[in-house]
Parts: sequence; C-alpha cells; structure tokens
Amino acid sequence: MEHHFDTELDVLKQKLLLMASHAETAVNRAVEALVTRNRDLAVQVKDEDAVLDRFEIEVDDMAIHLLSKAPLASDLRLVTVAMKISQNLERVGDEATKIAKRARDLSKEPPLKLNLELPKMAALALGMLKAALDTFVNHDSVAARALIPRDKEVDALNKKINAELILHMMENSDSVPRCLNLIIASRSLERIADHAKNVAEEVVYLYEAHDIRHAGVKGQGTPAPGV
Amino acid sequence: MDVTIKQPVAAQPSIQEHGETVALALRNLSVFFGDNHALKNVSLDITAKAVTAIIGPSGCGKSTLLRALNRMHELNPGARVEGEIRLFGDDIYSRAVEPVIVRRRVGMVFQKSNPFPTMSIAENVTVGLRLNGIGGRKMLAERTEQSLRMAALWDEVKDRLHAPAVSLSGGQQQRLCIARALAVQPEVLLMDEPASALDPLATSKIEDLILELKKDYTIVIVTHNMQQAARMSDFTAFLYLGELIEFDTTANIFASPSKKQTEDYVTGRFG
Repeated sequence: MEHHFDTELDVLKQKLLLMASHAETAVNRAVEALVTRNRDLAVQVKDEDAVLDRFEIEVDDMAIHLLSKAPLASDLRLVTVAMKISQNLERVGDEATKIAKRARDLSKEPPLKLNLELPKMAALALGMLKAALDTFVNHDSVAARALIPRDKEVDALNKKINAELILHMMENSDSVPRCLNLIIASRSLERIADHAKNVAEEVVYLYEAHDIRHAGVKGQGTPAPGV
Repeated sequence: MDVTIKQPVAAQPSIQEHGETVALALRNLSVFFGDNHALKNVSLDITAKAVTAIIGPSGCGKSTLLRALNRMHELNPGARVEGEIRLFGDDIYSRAVEPVIVRRRVGMVFQKSNPFPTMSIAENVTVGLRLNGIGGRKMLAERTEQSLRMAALWDEVKDRLHAPAVSLSGGQQQRLCIARALAVQPEVLLMDEPASALDPLATSKIEDLILELKKDYTIVIVTHNMQQAARMSDFTAFLYLGELIEFDTTANIFASPSKKQTEDYVTGRFG
C-alpha cells in the first residue's frame, strides 16, 4: 500500500524539479541574451523572475506542511534539503535576472572588442547547475561529490575575466560602463556555480547523510568514503 | 526464575565518549518466557544522567528489556533471564543482591498511572519508604515535599496533600507516580510509555519533567511516540523481534540511521 506521505513527498519533488527547469531556462536565456545582444530576451528573463520567487514560496509551504507531520530520517532530510535547494534555485533566478539586466544595458551600446571567456564560463556554470540537479534526480551522491571541485574552475575564470576587464578599463575610459556591466555578469555566473555547488552538497547530505559543507572548518564536514 | 551469567562481551556499538559514566552495562542479555526467546543477546551501555529511549514495533521486546533492568521478570515464574546487567559496576542479578534493593535503586513508572486508590496524595508518595520501614513523621513530610517538587506537582497539590490520590487528573496522577518512584531516591528511573495515555498538555509537562530529572537521574524510557523520543532522549535503541538493531545518539537515529531496518521503522515504512 502506497503511503499517503510518500505521495506528498513525490509532489514536493516534482515541484522542485519544475522549479529547477525554470531556473535552468532562466540562466540559459540570460546568457543567450548577453552573448547575442538580444534585448527582448533579456527583458523576458527579467519579467519571468517572479515565477521562481513563487516557486520558492510554494516549496516552502509544502515543506512546512510536511514538517508538521514530523518526518524522520531520509524523509526529514528530503524535506529540509528541498527547502535549501529551492532557496538556491531562487537565487540562481536572481543572478539570471542580473545578467539579463546587464545584457539589456549592453545591447544599447556598441560591442567591446575583447575576446573574453564569458561564453566558456557560462557553459561551465550552466553545466554545473544542470549536473547538480541531475544528481538530485538520479540519487547520485558520488556524482554530486565529483561536481563540487568544478566550482574552482569557474572562480578562476571569473578572476581572469575581471583582470582583463580592469586592464581594459584602465586603457579605455569610455568603456568603463560596459566593462562594469560585464564584471557584474561574470560575477553572477560565478555565483550561479556557487549555488550549483551548494545544491550538490545538499544532495550528498540527502543521500549519504553526511554534511560536507565547510569541510575546511575544524570539526565540520565529513570526508568522502575511502578518502 | 533462572539467571545464567555468560562471559561479558563489549557493547555494540560503544557510544560512550567524552568520559561519560555508564549507569547500566548490559552484556548478552536474553529474556525467555517459556520457550519464547523474547530478548536476544542485547549488549549496550546506558549513559548516566541522560535519557535513553527504547523504540520498536509492538512485541519487539522494549518492555521486556526495561523490566529486565530492575528484575521485574522475577515476578513472572515462567520468565528466565540470561546475561549480565551491571548498575554502576554492581551485578544486579548476583545471588547476593536482593531484588527489592535493585528495585529501590532502579525505579519504575508504568504506562497507566497507578496511584493506590485508598491512599491520600502524601501517603502515595511515601508508601515505598514506609514499606521499607523508613520513616519518622518529619522525614516523611520532608521527602513528600521534596519528591512532589521534583515531580513538578508540589504547587498543584500542596494544599490538599491528604486528599485522595484518585481526585487528581490523569497527568497529575502520572506525576504523582513519578514522585512516588523518586521518594525512595533511586539512581535510575525506568518509564514504560509514561505519557501514552495523556493529552498533549499533560504529555508536555511529563516531558519537561523528564528533561529536568535527567540532571540527577539516569532515565530509560520506552515509547511508541518517535517524536517524543526525538524531543527528549539523548540516546535511542531500536529493537526488532527481540534484537537490538541499532543504538546511537538520538540525533543520528532520527536524522541519519545507519541500518535500513531503523530507517524503515522511523519513516513508517516498516513491513
């Protein structure tokens, strides 16, 4: 006999997955708007951010309802992790909106003659986000652990792009507003990768019951099995 | 009733850390009722001045384990206990130890409050002392107040100590039974579903009381209510079909149990 509680947990998971697909789409569109200088697409991303905000509230409402039934063990972890993942996804949506706003402003200006690695960074951040959500769907904590170090690649690219843009601003004062917009967009992509990493850490906690956050903090975090 | 002492083995798992004192050390504890092997080779250490919860489905041996801790099974002629239980190092099943002494050191509170109906509130508290020939009017009065205060009942009954105990509410009667158990100054308090017959408010009072009492007493509680175990206990033992499946900190048992049977039980997917 299927437990009624299991059905409710499935509804929570479905809601979270729907939210995740919206978050992925928002980032995809924001990056496309930035790269292709598509103002209309940028405006659309900005307008649709409210959808993710509503999803966050709905997931929290469902989680509170389920917590009132006092779930335990893996059920308890799923409900609390769902709340944390939805918060991360909502923030991913906020970052997508920031990128879209920068894309909208940049679309009004002539393009910078710079060969930045923003598309590569966007692909990495998006890939991390998609992979993190896949580990949740596939119950794959090993893949989630493997995903976490990729955040450092995105961090490194962000630093590199920042350095290039700062140098360009010093040499071309008229490009400062455009460079600042690109620095903000780069920073948002870096934050999206951070949120993907957070989701991966939550997936490890959900399926292994090990809290690996802040592993560098004394007494915190649990190493991977066999490490 | 027969008692067989086997060679002790280490408790599995040992979770006594940070220099915590072991109040009750169980080694290879088995209880039989005739041919029925109701409790099977249970070994575990119960930490002093902490609350240990025993959970598991009906018939898993929870109450059997609890009753073994103060030799209650000796009241049942068909019962047989094997293994060893040490109370702060003393073998409580030693032939040299009187069961009545064990039961004074290890008190018991039952599921259904059972005050003596013909006795007053005060008489109920001191009945254990008087049966043991301990007394003196002044001393009994002092112990009555002290026990009722510890059971968080004094303020509610101090003006009617000589009223019949059955005039109290269900929750008050259960706290009176706790006061009665405390009056003989035990070291360990066993509680067999002490709040299962009470409403949420009375349950909350009992739970608060248990959390207060653990400052001075070692408490072992059997409960079907896992939220109650999660709220109150420091350690939890999960029993199934007479076997100890898992024993760990309550936080681990309810958030990340290591055994699938425990996970299935606490998430309500057992069987």
